[in-house]
Amino acid sequence: MKEVVITFLCMAILLYFLLGGADFGAGIIELFTSTKNRSRTRKTMYHAIGPVWEANHMWLIIAIVILFVGFPFIYTTMSVYLHIPLAIMLIGIIARGTAFVFRHYDAVKDDMQWLYNRIFRYSSFVTALFLGIIAGSLISGHIDSQATDFYTAYISGWLNWFSVAVGFFTVSLCGFLAAIYLIGETTEAHDKRRFIKKAKFMNVAAVVFGAMVFIAAQRDKIPLIDWVFKSNVGLSAIILASISLVLLWYLLIKGKTKVLRILAGFQVTMILLAISYAHFPNFIRLKSGDAISLLETAGPEKTIYSLGLALLLGSILILPFLGYLFYKFQKKEE
Amino acid sequence: MDDFIAARSQMALSLGFHIIFSCIGMVMPFFMAVSHYKWLKTNDEVYKNLTKAWSKGVAIFFATGAVSGTMLSFELGLLWPKFMDHAGPIFGMPFSLEGTAFFIEAIALGFFLYGWNKLNKWFHWFTGMVVGVSGLASGILVVAANAWMNSPAGFDFVNGQYLNIDPIQAMFNKAWFSQALHMCLAAFTATGFAVAGVHALMILRNRNAYFHLKAFKIAAVFACIAAVLQPLSGDISAKDVAKRQPAKLAAMEALYKTEKPAPLLIGGIVNEKDKTVTGAIKIPGALSFLAHGDFKAEVKGLDQIPENEHPPVAITHYAFQIMVGIGTLLLLISLTYFFILFKKKPLTEKRWLLKLFVLAIPLGYLALEAGWVVTEVGRQPWIIYGIMHTKDAVTPMPGIAYSFYIFSAIYISLSIIVTFLLYRQIKMVPVLYHKDESNSN
Repeated sequence: MKEVVITFLCMAILLYFLLGGADFGAGIIELFTSTKNRSRTRKTMYHAIGPVWEANHMWLIIAIVILFVGFPFIYTTMSVYLHIPLAIMLIGIIARGTAFVFRHYDAVKDDMQWLYNRIFRYSSFVTALFLGIIAGSLISGHIDSQATDFYTAYISGWLNWFSVAVGFFTVSLCGFLAAIYLIGETTEAHDKRRFIKKAKFMNVAAVVFGAMVFIAAQRDKIPLIDWVFKSNVGLSAIILASISLVLLWYLLIKGKTKVLRILAGFQVTMILLAISYAHFPNFIRLKSGDAISLLETAGPEKTIYSLGLALLLGSILILPFLGYLFYKFQKKEE
Repeated sequence: MDDFIAARSQMALSLGFHIIFSCIGMVMPFFMAVSHYKWLKTNDEVYKNLTKAWSKGVAIFFATGAVSGTMLSFELGLLWPKFMDHAGPIFGMPFSLEGTAFFIEAIALGFFLYGWNKLNKWFHWFTGMVVGVSGLASGILVVAANAWMNSPAGFDFVNGQYLNIDPIQAMFNKAWFSQALHMCLAAFTATGFAVAGVHALMILRNRNAYFHLKAFKIAAVFACIAAVLQPLSGDISAKDVAKRQPAKLAAMEALYKTEKPAPLLIGGIVNEKDKTVTGAIKIPGALSFLAHGDFKAEVKGLDQIPENEHPPVAITHYAFQIMVGIGTLLLLISLTYFFILFKKKPLTEKRWLLKLFVLAIPLGYLALEAGWVVTEVGRQPWIIYGIMHTKDAVTPMPGIAYSFYIFSAIYISLSIIVTFLLYRQIKMVPVLYHKDESNSN
């Protein structure tokens, strides 16, 4: 059952990254859209992600529940040493989650919209940035559970070159996912061109920040290159990601939207796989050189068993219903 | 501010905020479903408009409830890591089921809000119902987890070790049923009175009275049925608490000395230093009856409980008085309402009754929060009753006070914005629903 639970955990994290990430990206895209096109972007976005808005963020809840029920030591280690970035991410989640709904459901459309929009855009950026920083920190090996001073214990674990580089890399990936998603959600040729341009811009940004992640890893003495290039899985994943990059640009120029989505999702999945495979099942790397492993810190057998059962049962109920939601509200070719 | 106090305050604030928003989010879908059903059956346009108007409220509250719930799932670790280290695997079962229920609620809400004219009309209605049922299920599961903290079960505590963990047994702990029942009825009472009160106000002001009268009737029936049932559930809870947590019961009634028979105190000023209560109305034997079903039974006072295990008496006692006082008032309003319905008198002529409902807008929530204070403060100094002290569970990170200030500011601003949004929704009813239908969306 341990394997089932870990599979669900990985799936929830991946889906949150892809679907929630695309939601964050929508705000980031809006942030980088010229004032005259913003209301059009907003409209497309609203129709695209409105119906699935709340559902996309449930993956985070699923992931966090799996962690605190099944792997409490990982959950509490994160909570203690990454308290500050987690709190900032949560503020971002609260701000953007409410601003998105408020701006649509405010019965009077007036100057308040200005405020909602501002909050939505900036908090989308901040949330994605800190989500990336947290992810980077978990593998950076900067978390020091033996620290005695405030700075080492609660700041340097996440405020380092590598984590911050991963943060910006995440922002660009989110923007990229959103742009690709939005291309398929508009029928206006003008908007399509705009989103294609955004997707290219975000893709270039992702490549640049991706390179920065490697440079930062070198600087912080993190064996990222070994992880990615010395394991067959990591290497294959990165090769596949690179091939899909070429294909992506070709399809972007051709404007094929449906295949693009799958390819973009695939590419991001491969990137995550390349980075995380080498140290799986370790979830947190500590400064002392030790690692906290999913397999070793799993909760008692009965807990894992009932958690796995609950997840299997839940997915029987959730997945078809969710699939139908996505199917029903996708943009029909008109 | 001391870190421990700051952590407790932040947790109290987050929960206090989340409780209101999630209760509205879990109860209003039922009002919506009734109105939707009436629209499908009668074709009376006003029910369709009402359903749409309420669904906007649900969307706003669901979003706020969802983010504050996400916040809480992290906060358990951010503030109480040592608690979660041990408790996570034991009391996690209801949370893992709640994840599913909450997810289904979110999907169903997507269908419902965006499904007008896109789905089969009965499937559309069904998705609205699913929002309510899964919301209610979420609520029950979360309360079951809280009940475990009051009534730990599903493990053996041997030499500081948590052994033989059984998450299913932990979920079905002794307190889950009485707490979940009381909370659900409270949610229906509070939300029902708040919604009915707002519509009553609009009827009194004679704005779209027909629309608001329909709305009022649906909400009021839910509210009044729940308010009438609540004392029965309260009785189950009181007897249960008397058995499981005598310290909490003693604090609720500020019973410093064990008495046989024990009187029920109504009101009064608690002096925690001298351990006395002044100015309370005493009903002889009533506490014995409420706690044990026998007017002559002995009720354990705080003198039989070690001093370091006493909960804060004054807060618990006052909160309990507020809860019971308001509950009684709402019960009386409900009975009056049923009497008038029974006599078939037109409501619009009973302006005093509508005024009572307006008065009750905040009361239900006040009672709900007070009741929650009774449960949580009455459990202190324990985070896991009889097993782990709250102060031993707090995070080692210093400076929690700043976190408390920041989140207070966020929650207060959110409350202001949500209130403002609702005000605007209500103000716009004539424009949105009595003009061209196609404009509303």
